[in-house]
Amino acid sequence: MIPAGIVVVSYIGAAILFILALGGLSGQESARRGNYYGITGMIVALLATMFGIVTANHALLLGGLVVGSAIGLLLARRVQMTQMPELVASLHSLVGLAAVLVGYANFLGHSAIFASPAARTIHDIETYLGVLIGAVTLSGSVIAFGKLRGSIGGKPLTLPARHWLNLALLLVVIWFGRAFVIESAAGGGLVPLFVMTAVALLLGVHMVMAIGGADMPVVVSMLNSYSGWAASATGFMLNNDLLIVTGALVGSSGAILSFIMCKAMNRKFLSVIAGGFGTGDGAASAPGAEAQQGETTAIDATEAAALLKDAKDVVIVPGYGMAVAQAQHVVYEITKVLRERGVKVRFAIHPVAGRMPGHMNVLLAEAKVPYDIVFEMDEINEDFPDVDVSVVIGANDIVNPSAEDEPNSPIAGMPVLQVWKGKTTIVLKRGMATGYAGVENPLFFRENTRMLFGDAKKSLDGVLKALREA
Amino acid sequence: MRIGVPGEIHDGEMRVATTPEVATQLQKLGFAVSVEAGAGAGSNFGDEAFRAAGVTIVTDTRALWAESDIILKVRPPAHHPRLGVDEVDLLHDGQVLVSFLWPAQRPDLLKQLADKGVTTLAMDSVPRISRAQKMDALSSMANIAGYRAVIEAAEHFGRFFTGQITAAGRIPPAKVLVIGAGVAGLAAIGTARSLGAIVRAFDTRPEVKEQVESMDGEFLMLDFKEEGAGVGGYAKVMSPEFIKAEMALFAAQAKDVDIIITTALIPGKPAPKLITADMVRSMRAGSVVVDLAAEQGGNCELTVPGEVVKRDGVTLIGYTDLPSRLATQSSQLYATNLRHLLTDMCPKKDGVLVVDFADEVVRGATVVKGHEVTWPPPPPKLSATPAAKPAASAPAKTAGHAAPPKSSAASTAIALVIAAGALLGLGAVAPPEFMPHFTVFVLAVFVGYMVVWNVTPALHTPLMSVTNAISSIIIIGGLMQISSPDPVVMWIAAVTVALTSINIAGGFAVTRRMLEMFRK
Repeated sequence: MIPAGIVVVSYIGAAILFILALGGLSGQESARRGNYYGITGMIVALLATMFGIVTANHALLLGGLVVGSAIGLLLARRVQMTQMPELVASLHSLVGLAAVLVGYANFLGHSAIFASPAARTIHDIETYLGVLIGAVTLSGSVIAFGKLRGSIGGKPLTLPARHWLNLALLLVVIWFGRAFVIESAAGGGLVPLFVMTAVALLLGVHMVMAIGGADMPVVVSMLNSYSGWAASATGFMLNNDLLIVTGALVGSSGAILSFIMCKAMNRKFLSVIAGGFGTGDGAASAPGAEAQQGETTAIDATEAAALLKDAKDVVIVPGYGMAVAQAQHVVYEITKVLRERGVKVRFAIHPVAGRMPGHMNVLLAEAKVPYDIVFEMDEINEDFPDVDVSVVIGANDIVNPSAEDEPNSPIAGMPVLQVWKGKTTIVLKRGMATGYAGVENPLFFRENTRMLFGDAKKSLDGVLKALREA
Repeated sequence: MRIGVPGEIHDGEMRVATTPEVATQLQKLGFAVSVEAGAGAGSNFGDEAFRAAGVTIVTDTRALWAESDIILKVRPPAHHPRLGVDEVDLLHDGQVLVSFLWPAQRPDLLKQLADKGVTTLAMDSVPRISRAQKMDALSSMANIAGYRAVIEAAEHFGRFFTGQITAAGRIPPAKVLVIGAGVAGLAAIGTARSLGAIVRAFDTRPEVKEQVESMDGEFLMLDFKEEGAGVGGYAKVMSPEFIKAEMALFAAQAKDVDIIITTALIPGKPAPKLITADMVRSMRAGSVVVDLAAEQGGNCELTVPGEVVKRDGVTLIGYTDLPSRLATQSSQLYATNLRHLLTDMCPKKDGVLVVDFADEVVRGATVVKGHEVTWPPPPPKLSATPAAKPAASAPAKTAGHAAPPKSSAASTAIALVIAAGALLGLGAVAPPEFMPHFTVFVLAVFVGYMVVWNVTPALHTPLMSVTNAISSIIIIGGLMQISSPDPVVMWIAAVTVALTSINIAGGFAVTRRMLEMFRK
């Protein structure tokens, strides 16, 4: 056994290393180092706990560690970059589950001896909260995972009076919280804890079911935040500052991501959580909005290649459609050919492109696109008037001009990539369906827009072939 | 139904209301198309080309007018010099006429057409809403006129447009002033810019400033506040004070610029007189004024509509047929505008024209329906330029801008008060051993907040996976319980340890894998 002081010092070290890990993510170069800080911090914390706190069952502990780590490493190696959101969601669910389990184990163990009844009450509330947040994270993440995978439909489930249902569930949770504290003081309390867990699981399911596919980036980052708060609550319960600090770091990180995503969609966080957005049935045209119809100008891959070849400044706007079609590698091949010809090629990433924050950047990085030609919306939006050709791949709402010109549009006020200000826009799309928000996109009917219909991968293969021949 | 396209009779008019290409598409809509022999000659569309497109060529003008159900024309009906009759008299009950008509100026013509029972659509009355842009013939013609205005100016301007520095000395660039930044004005700005001139532009509607600047022109501002946008994206008549300030600006500019191109029009009114004889006199010898409003009386006092005159060394160009001077393309655009209108009016693509007044575009364009004059139409609901809202909305807008910061400041204050209250309440009831943890928690939230804002958006996905890994620090909870003598607790703890290790290993490994991919 190592002295308790060493354990505490190790925890402080681990907390600092975790902060450095997050701080490292401010740039691509420092990020790799940051990740190693994180790993070191985790090892320090684990070793300190193993040698400072654990007194028995070392074999079981090691067994769990080895089995878990093996599975984790395997997952990390196997996962495709397009499936990152699913992986992240499933990992969140594990944190949630762990929080629930630790809460139960702690409650069953009754290890702590309390100085006062107030301390006991606080401890019980902490336990209750830890389990609650954990359970919501768990079931919410499982549903999010299903939605991201497509095994659960992207349509929001809009039960009648769903806000009241949420409120009712919340009241039930509070009611049983009171019962739990009272019964726990008397030595019981397991039943209210079980009931609450069930209700919390239901709450998580219902909450994520009600959120449409368009809002998935918010949901994923929100669950990220929850998993942090769950860890923090567990830390309070166990009187462990390292858990509290780490949980708080993760919690605020997820909250900030949710905030950024909401801002990028011009939505209020509460209205995202309330759900019901992104019906995806394509019929939801804004009342009073002019029916946008007109003619699109369709072109084929050869014509698209000709446009690209004659351009000097090209911006590629990838969306989730690119990920679905697995077209990122072809995109990079085209980029390479164009760059060899002296064409300036850049990528413009909208904050909510894809299914989780930063998803597009990872996909492009996977395709070996150098990150210094990948730009955020705010960095590149002003340059569009000088752009010769913008290529929109499988994106819709994030390039919809009605967000700016149509005050009645459901997406009015959402910041969008102003591709229409460029000289020509090529839009790759499967068909004329609307985006997640179910809003018509007048971009497609603009004079300077050319539509390249079909599967993005196949179309781009054609463009690449035509470019190489030309 | 049969569409008939007679040749234009107006002196010097080279355009024609359809082209072989458009005729093909009209036939796809189910219409039969006849064109008068030689109608396309002025715009280089020969009879043979029309025939090849499946069009019937009719040599007998009267027969063409008599046998067609729909007559497409460019200019309004007028006296036919060869036949010696008015074209209106060639029309008969039940026919449809589509052409430019200028209904405001020609109430007599509307009455004649209504008496005859000829349903008439005026292409110049197509409402300026975004859906109707593709049939907005005024814009297509104005665009051509604006381009041609600069070309005509260049013809009469004995100097370079672009500045050059040569071995033989410096040539200064020409300075062009464009008055009225509508479609024609913007086209003129673009053309003059691409020839290398310095271009300034003025318009009573301040919201066009951005458009002028996007064409690389300099927008002249009046130090005077008045909203100049009328209904439907057009300009309106301004107050006398405004006009005075405006005239002072023009007088100052006239002394400085080499070329003035005026495009100021107010719908249904004679063109405003903006360039006085004195201003023309003050211009340098060799300067040029192109008056695109010549047909409506001219923006310049000295303009002679349809002619080029020289006054005090300044050339005044008053051509009223600028689009016709680029006849091939203006015919092509006009014919396409007509086709779009007919496509909308023939929803079943069965060659039957439906005059549906529920369609705002058709309602606006139709000036005579049957025996009834239906002009003027009810005002259009939407303006073509969204920014050009009625003046009344301006104060409301500023008020709307002022309000949010106030309310958000208030809500921030309320939130702070609530938070402070909650903290005080917590401090009052919580036992002392709780508070150190709470301090740590709050500080950690702030540290997280500061650190995470610095994360580059490109790395948000790795951020999520790494936070995922470190949030599995919850494993410590499992470790703390695994030594419990209670087997249930022990096994729960073991499962926790296994689950969280998946997360730790998986999270860090996948983060590493992602970060390795980010390469310059």
